[in-house]
Amino acid sequence: MLSVSHVEKSYKTGGLFSNERQEVLRKVSFECSHGECLGIIGESGSGKSTLGRLLLGIEKPDRGSVLFEGENVSDHAVRLGNISAVFQDYTSSINPFFTVEAAIMEPLLQQKKTRVDAKSKVDRLLNHVGLDSSYRKKYPHELSGGEVQRVCMARAISTEPKCIVLDESISSLDVSVQIQVLELLKTLKSIYKMSYIFITHDIQAAAYICDRVIIFRSGQIEEIVPIAKLKDVQSDYARKLLKHIITF
Amino acid sequence: MNLLEVENLCIWDAGTNETIVHNSSFHVKQGSCLAIVGESGSGKSVTCRSLMRLNKAWIRQSGDIRFKGEDVNLLSAKEMRKKRGKELCMIMQNGMRAFDPSCVVGVHCKETLGAHFDWSKSEMEAKMKRAMESVMLKDPISLLNKYPHQMSGGMLQRMMIALALVFTPDLIIADEPTTALDTISQYEVIEQLLLLRENMGTSMIFISHDLGVVRKIADDVLVMKDGEIIERGPINMVFTEAQHEYTQYLVSTRRALSHHFKKLIGEEL
Repeated sequence: MLSVSHVEKSYKTGGLFSNERQEVLRKVSFECSHGECLGIIGESGSGKSTLGRLLLGIEKPDRGSVLFEGENVSDHAVRLGNISAVFQDYTSSINPFFTVEAAIMEPLLQQKKTRVDAKSKVDRLLNHVGLDSSYRKKYPHELSGGEVQRVCMARAISTEPKCIVLDESISSLDVSVQIQVLELLKTLKSIYKMSYIFITHDIQAAAYICDRVIIFRSGQIEEIVPIAKLKDVQSDYARKLLKHIITF
Repeated sequence: MNLLEVENLCIWDAGTNETIVHNSSFHVKQGSCLAIVGESGSGKSVTCRSLMRLNKAWIRQSGDIRFKGEDVNLLSAKEMRKKRGKELCMIMQNGMRAFDPSCVVGVHCKETLGAHFDWSKSEMEAKMKRAMESVMLKDPISLLNKYPHQMSGGMLQRMMIALALVFTPDLIIADEPTTALDTISQYEVIEQLLLLRENMGTSMIFISHDLGVVRKIADDVLVMKDGEIIERGPINMVFTEAQHEYTQYLVSTRRALSHHFKKLIGEEL
């Protein structure tokens, strides 16, 4: 469904007139099929968030292509309503002047749905993410982190997308809330049958939800393993990563 | 001997008259590590900042905080400033915000050291260099000439630990030092903190919401919820025979996360 082939990306470093460029992604290729949950695990600074932005079509790759069902994601019409995202920083991902209702309706109205249709849908969406309709008139600052993240998820699923990119969406939550959100993601997946691209540095969370993980290091794919075979990873880096996890 | 004794500490917001921490009492023994766990908004960070008297002016506190027998609340601002860093040292959650962004890290370090010791420049550099090497920061001199934004979160966190090493404080307060870090840096920072305790016998207050990390480092635990201490005791007892419902809930959710992973890895449960 989503296929990434030979993607490269670099950013300018240094001053305004410098021509130095830093390579962030180097020849990245992988595919994500329908209904799959694909994890992307890497250290901070490994380029995994850049990859996430390329998948969303917010940025364009220097070379290579990101195709969604055979069409380029940089075309707005291709990704409208089909790919959505939930980001890490929940404080800045909802317009502070919007109520919960307005935030969830925003993508629906973009799709030229009528206001009445959209309004009737909000209750159902809130219900799916475990909130009730009393939240409709609240503003983001009145909610806790976990609740805002749920609203972001409701917004992301409002258009019934085929793919959701979750960029560190649970990393800044408390562990107890993380579990609730992970469970919620599982339930939503069984209802809407979409695929997830789960970008994280937390292998334990990835192990909880993903079917397959990509281990990412300095802009390159180190290894792709199905989650059931996680203990048989080959590369040194992946082994090191597994050894350094603090379990409970 | 108790290094730090806190009795009936109340913290409230003078603007809204809202109580943030209710009547909490605890103590830290010489050379031991006390962990404070709880969800966000439970008042753990405010408690720690109140020990250092670093809360905002409208956040008021009452109660006894005795550090080495001296009441911290009665010290003048100048005396308190002398204590901060040298005797009570804090390691912050966000390395990026803890360092001055407008100058290189080395300048910040020299200013901090200069406020407490009258060492010469070369002396400071030598001490800083040794401390940085011991926290596995390679090439210390070139790092000291970098701006905070040029370094990663893990590196800055280790810089803070290195600075703490130079001061050899009696008590280190670590406020979620690993939350913003990825797996490998988290492991390294924890290792460094463990070493620090081993080598210098420093006492520590360690705040975290990740029970896995807490279990690795702490001797005693306080569980906080909505500004109240609801459970306390030695680490193993609290985690295996938790009395309070909320502690059980925290333990079970953390276990659920690890359980799945351990099953995949094939570790013994």
